[in-house]
Amino acid sequence: MSAPAVEVSDLVMRYGRTLAVDALSLTVEAGRITAILGPNGAGKTTVLETCEGYRRPQSGEVRVLGLDPIRQHRELMPRVGVMLQSGGAWSAVRAREMLAYVASLYAHPLPLDDLLTRLGLDSCGRTAYRRLSGGEQQRLGLAMAVVGRPQLVFLDEPTAGLDPQSRRATWELIQQLAADGVTVVLTTHYMEEAERLADHIFLLDAGRVVTSGSPSDLVTSGAQNTITFRAQPGLPVAELRRVLPAGQVAAEGPPGTYRVEGEVTPQTLATVTGWFAALDVLPSDLTVQRHTLEDVFLELTGKALRS
Amino acid sequence: MTALSFIPAPGASRLPRMVAAHARMEVLLLARNGEQLLLALGIPLLLLVGGAKSGTVVDLGSGRRIDVLTPGVLALAVMSTAFTSLAIATAFERRYGVLKRLGASPLPREGLLLAKIAALLCVEAVQLGVICAAGLALGWHPRGGFGTVASCFVLVVAGTAAFASLGLLLAGTLRAEATLAASNLVYVLLLVVGAVVVPLASYPESLHAVVSVLPSAALAEGLRHVCSGAGMDWWRVAVLVAWAVLAGTLTTRTFRWE
Repeated sequence: MSAPAVEVSDLVMRYGRTLAVDALSLTVEAGRITAILGPNGAGKTTVLETCEGYRRPQSGEVRVLGLDPIRQHRELMPRVGVMLQSGGAWSAVRAREMLAYVASLYAHPLPLDDLLTRLGLDSCGRTAYRRLSGGEQQRLGLAMAVVGRPQLVFLDEPTAGLDPQSRRATWELIQQLAADGVTVVLTTHYMEEAERLADHIFLLDAGRVVTSGSPSDLVTSGAQNTITFRAQPGLPVAELRRVLPAGQVAAEGPPGTYRVEGEVTPQTLATVTGWFAALDVLPSDLTVQRHTLEDVFLELTGKALRS
Repeated sequence: MTALSFIPAPGASRLPRMVAAHARMEVLLLARNGEQLLLALGIPLLLLVGGAKSGTVVDLGSGRRIDVLTPGVLALAVMSTAFTSLAIATAFERRYGVLKRLGASPLPREGLLLAKIAALLCVEAVQLGVICAAGLALGWHPRGGFGTVASCFVLVVAGTAAFASLGLLLAGTLRAEATLAASNLVYVLLLVVGAVVVPLASYPESLHAVVSVLPSAALAEGLRHVCSGAGMDWWRVAVLVAWAVLAGTLTTRTFRWE
């Protein structure tokens, strides 16, 4: 197995009295798409900016492509591409000029016109940055991150505020980056994005990794799934509860509507249907609801909105 | 769909190429900005032509008006570019995340500084060329030969270092709007009380000690002294170097990139 592209171990970052990153560790494998997912204020950008060498770890260690992002900054920078959450260009600079300037800082840049066309920016090459739409500015930021042909790109919310077409174009580009061997680390708070793109997800909350794994791992393992069904009211639910394994609960909601919640397995389903057979009851609308990544996200990070 | 390939081929460009690309961009953006052009050339030329033609509205002391005026306007041009323009441009680069973005690029910080110096010197070369030509056309007679040119060069470089350090000190600590306001205010204040265009000798005696240690007075008086054929006044260079060292030290300690 190749060496990890990014290794963060026991990273601690504080802003004043706020603990932004709390002894966080994560490893990013080379050549894959890794999403750092979490609500606002979870510490996603802080982790990324520490990897980019903007912030010095207050405690813990960060290695990117085996290098220290601060002490070996000069060696590291040509090998990584960075897309900031916003800005990064002069307000009066034209889109193509800006990309050409960034390209001139690299030894083997991509062909500009092909890249502009690929991101749908060919028609606004002569437009001043401040007159570009938000989506065009985002896509130019992405172009600036990849134009130097980096090994690794850090994309901070690459599709925030994009319309569906631009989002799709960005997704396709990110997928091609990975297919061509570029390691991609992106932050997002769109569950759909992480689920579609990522090979591996780190779910962050309050500066810690709450859970991690592939999208399918996250929605199946340990997730709280639900069986619901309808039948006549007043079935002896207590009996069902006795035969279900610990950690699974059964209850009648509105009369005639029943729910079984917990780590639902095929065995759970067999137990429930066995109970029907013993009671000689034929339920209707029997469904097993598998949770989406969004449910996992909300379960693990709490349902309260954060500013 | 183009056959664009992202197969990695990382590598930094050579430093001179990066510096040249960045300096070119700074000059290009300045040339595209009307206000900056007004500051760099419009105001100095207006003062030069207006001052030369206006007779005795402002007392410039003894000597031919154009001979007193031209070196002062040259000093003003250096001040506008190295101080006001640089401060405003850098403050907005900070605000728009340009400096931050460049922090994650192969352009090292000293490369950025070199590029900014190169851009300043390019703009000043154009300014000084235009102002000298206008001054000569209006009858300016600088005294001395190569020695005068060399001394002026030393003064301009020292003045640029002093004003650029002060400009970066503002840009690296204040918000962009505050830098815009402060750098324009300082520019106008120095123009009025800093012995830039009006020579120190025309100021009340009691102010001489204070005004003469201002970087504006040091540069303008130094240029007037040299161009009158009186030779280099090294005291003026020392004042400018002291400002450059003081402001440069403070800037390296306080400059915030974001």
